[in-house]
Amino acid sequence: METQKPSHVDVVARIAREIVGPAADSVDRDARFPIEAIDALKKARMLSAFVPVSQGGLGAGMIELAAMCEALGQHCSAAAMVFAMHQIQVACLVRHGGKSPAIASYLAELVEKQPLIASVTSEVGVGGEMRNSICGIERSGGRFKLAKDASTISYGEHADDYLITCRSTPDAPASDQVLVLTRKKDMTLTRTGVWDTLGMRGTCSPPFKLTATGTDDQVLADPFADIASHTMVPFSHILWASAWLGIATSAVARARAFVRQQARAKPGQMPPTALRLAEVSSMLQTMRTNVHDVASECEALMTDSETGTSSLSSIAFALKMNNLKVSSSQMVVQIVNHALLICGIMGYKNDSKFAVGRHLRDAHSAALMVGNDRIFATNASMLLVLKDD
Amino acid sequence: MNEQIRSILKEHARLAVDIATLADDGDLYQAGMTSHASVNVMLALEGAFDVEFPDRMLRRGVFESVTAIRTALEELTAGR
Repeated sequence: METQKPSHVDVVARIAREIVGPAADSVDRDARFPIEAIDALKKARMLSAFVPVSQGGLGAGMIELAAMCEALGQHCSAAAMVFAMHQIQVACLVRHGGKSPAIASYLAELVEKQPLIASVTSEVGVGGEMRNSICGIERSGGRFKLAKDASTISYGEHADDYLITCRSTPDAPASDQVLVLTRKKDMTLTRTGVWDTLGMRGTCSPPFKLTATGTDDQVLADPFADIASHTMVPFSHILWASAWLGIATSAVARARAFVRQQARAKPGQMPPTALRLAEVSSMLQTMRTNVHDVASECEALMTDSETGTSSLSSIAFALKMNNLKVSSSQMVVQIVNHALLICGIMGYKNDSKFAVGRHLRDAHSAALMVGNDRIFATNASMLLVLKDD
Repeated sequence: MNEQIRSILKEHARLAVDIATLADDGDLYQAGMTSHASVNVMLALEGAFDVEFPDRMLRRGVFESVTAIRTALEELTAGR
């Protein structure tokens, strides 16, 4: 896209090509954390990419972060998803840290030391509803403590720090939540299960029981309801969709190479797979246009302090974000499936240069990360009052 | 108007506390109203007051308290 500054994205694209891609098969096979990818991104100072330039970061916006996730997703879905989830946490801190000295000094530390931040929104017993918590934060004398039984924490054992949702007090209603920055040194983490999955194996996301302590100013000032609708949900859906777009792009690239090889073998004779390639090419364009369009709109709203914030909390915007999530999570599976049909047995074999099995397994995670049926139910409810006027 | 708003909230907001204990400017979300419940509140208000909330009003802040809801309804029914 013309509006992106190419340099930071180019740096990530090169890391993706040279370091992330070559490790992708072992990350997937062994369900291991993509350590070389994250190390390289740390070295390039990309973990603080979203921190404003005035605070020492790269000042990247949504469009640029999306392009980075897409570039990583073309080479390793797990690395792309870890990077995306970290950036979502950074965005919450940058946009909702308010005047808290603890958050400000943490952002300085983020720029300097590039810690990896994990999200702890899931909880045993809430049925996958991010906007409900069972655990509550207990505060006294300027300090807090909390304990959470998390059903999954992506890269939970590999993160340096954490952002945890919980009730604003132990007695508060389930939906009255705050978001708390916790430091690994002030926490206990006990893994209570394993992460052995169909795809996205390198995100290493098992369940944990955790306890954490800290000071009151590590609690983000804004209610989690606002953090979720203004930042966490839009960043999640756009950056996840961008990672999925990378998976789809990579699968189509393999299908294209396969069809070209067939065409070269018999010049003058249209390969039978070429028509299906034409079809999947248009599907990929639709998905790409959708992701890029919503990313651009979101970046424009986030940089417009006048009407932006009120637009971000509107039902119309929430519907658009949710639509992006469900449509791109469905399209990535369809597109990779088309690529498999084109490459045939050469796409099915894991030892082939046209293999798309990993792509397909990773793509199937998309509909489950915040289940599409849950999102459809939310959208159905919002459409009862939305007039599209 | 406040009493009518309160009776709709009592029926549809699914608050964790009795609406009678909440002041007019009390935060309904902090009292446990979820986004899902807020949609039902909007629908009930539209039915009871014969209004349609335009999309610009379909924001969290517009439904955060009895007073906020009353302000929105008064804007929609002004001049009737």
